[in-house]
Amino acid sequence: MYVAVKGGEAAIANAHALLADRRRGDRSVPALRLDQVVEQLGLAVDRAMGEGSLYDKELAALALLQARGDLIEAIFLVRAYRTTLPRFGYSQPIDTAAMLIERRISATFKDLPGGQMLGPTFDYTHRLLDPSIVGDDVAAPITREAEAEQAPRVTDLLGRQGLMEPDGETGPDHEVGDLTREPLDFPLNRDLRLQALARGDEGFLLALGYSTQRGYGRTHPFVGEIRIGEVEVEFDVPELGFAVSLGRVKVTECQMVNQFKGSAKVPPQFTRGYGLVFGQAERKAMAMSLVDRALRAREFGEDIVAPAQDEEFVISHSDNVQATGFVEHLKLPHYVDFQAELDLIRRMRAEHDAANLKEAAE
Amino acid sequence: MNAVASYNFAYLDEQTKRMIRRAILKAIAIPGYQVPFSSREMPMPYGWGTGGVQVTASIIGPDDVLKVIDQGADDTTNAVSIRAFFAKVAQVATTTHTADATIIQTRHRIPEKALGEGQILVYQVPIPEPLRFLEPRETETRKMHALEEYGLMHVKLYEDIARHGRIATTYAYPVKVEGRYVMDPSPTPKFDNPKMHMSAALQLFGAGREHRIYAVPPWTEVVSLDFEDHPFEIQHFEEPCALCGAEQVYLDEVILNDRGGHMYVCSDTDNCEERREAGHVGSLGVKEAAE
Repeated sequence: MYVAVKGGEAAIANAHALLADRRRGDRSVPALRLDQVVEQLGLAVDRAMGEGSLYDKELAALALLQARGDLIEAIFLVRAYRTTLPRFGYSQPIDTAAMLIERRISATFKDLPGGQMLGPTFDYTHRLLDPSIVGDDVAAPITREAEAEQAPRVTDLLGRQGLMEPDGETGPDHEVGDLTREPLDFPLNRDLRLQALARGDEGFLLALGYSTQRGYGRTHPFVGEIRIGEVEVEFDVPELGFAVSLGRVKVTECQMVNQFKGSAKVPPQFTRGYGLVFGQAERKAMAMSLVDRALRAREFGEDIVAPAQDEEFVISHSDNVQATGFVEHLKLPHYVDFQAELDLIRRMRAEHDAANLKEAAE
Repeated sequence: MNAVASYNFAYLDEQTKRMIRRAILKAIAIPGYQVPFSSREMPMPYGWGTGGVQVTASIIGPDDVLKVIDQGADDTTNAVSIRAFFAKVAQVATTTHTADATIIQTRHRIPEKALGEGQILVYQVPIPEPLRFLEPRETETRKMHALEEYGLMHVKLYEDIARHGRIATTYAYPVKVEGRYVMDPSPTPKFDNPKMHMSAALQLFGAGREHRIYAVPPWTEVVSLDFEDHPFEIQHFEEPCALCGAEQVYLDEVILNDRGGHMYVCSDTDNCEERREAGHVGSLGVKEAAE
């Protein structure tokens, strides 16, 4: 006699064993080492660190390997580890003006103090598959002495002339929020919104940013500056009375310069959209800055008409770990609820048929 | 566990547990009110019961006996997985017997056997907001709860009657708790709603992805919304369980072949097993071998 399916521990254990086998693949092919992943799949590692909200290349590489290269799964692994770590405190704000720059471009000025620096970019490559990269023979890049010239942020240059709104001020009593410690409470302040965007899904933010360019909440953006490089992370130690350096992290910063007409009180000036992401993640930083600016609609008294301007919509759906969980949970058993629906639809159909029969008889 | 990665008792660190316990206490103090809490990422995905797991992790002690069910069954894959998780990280005793458990974590069902004092039922909740599908914005629904403005819900139920001749909500059927808050009972079939009313057990609800905890304390009034001329009613099954012959229980339909053949069996597997052990036999059941 057939009896309802037993899920069972054996089935789960067997599935995990099969997964482990498929993850490793053909045993005659050497296993990947973590340093190989860190060195040769660097941008995937950066994305896992950025959306996983944990700066550790080796752990991110491990997560990628364990996830068989599935980025969202890797991000989930990193997050689930991060949440178990004790919280010592908060670092000082990083100073991106003092960045050791690897790439720095501005689309608003042809030349500027510190110069333009392309850095390791795909931008002007021809997207032709290149079988010659398979192997170890890659020429070393050309190096030259660093110039002593400072590279101030473009937004600061504009700000000095009063053309750019100042960096957002938080009131003296405002404590910077922490979305990993407090539940989100809409409407949000910009600090929490930026935190949510920084760990938000790249694809989702990309699509939203794109939508603003196509007229759904237009913001007239210019890339004031994108800079990628390493910054120092400093931590205030109360016992010492001064900040000590914890090390360097690589970040990507995008400052979007947007139009703003001004008002009776404020003279016309440009407004900003801001993006800051761990590692080299230019697409994400740009999309983030577009969405940040769009979400400031309320602050500037703009009409909220487009999805990208809708804070609750954007922030509630930007986290890919949450999104993938809820979408994928549909594959869990729902037969109790489905049974309830089946019962109802059968009853309704029976009534429908009875009514039709009665009508036909009359 | 080795030194590379060691975890606290029941996985969560003590600060997090305290934060969640505070939310639980507040939830008990205001029955049916959704308390925001700072939900953590758990080692299982959102949607797999992270809210329930966090609630259980915060209240479980070494002496507790845990039962986990999904769709009423102890042997559903996710129930097996969550039970194994707590057996590993909290080394607690587990059981499939409803009466033996001090904590029962559940997804989509309430056990058939009435729960007793001292037992805690922890629900896994996907969407805690009963008004969500009428009003997608949290800022709005919070206001509606604060003002006790539940007219929209009654309009929805009324529209069901106008369109289908009856209230077409079969699961996650909204209830009013202690005459104040309208609450989502989680996606349990409405068959289970009456069990929540004046239950001797403490009922806790955890929604991890949505960052909400709510509660129904023991001996609390839980009323399913309805109209005088369309009173609330639960599902009735035409036939009893094919294995144990139980009536007045919730049944799963099992498809036997591609010619429409099917059978109904108890959704609550523990209840079914206990009945069969006690000698009850359904139309397709096998008499337990005498011991």
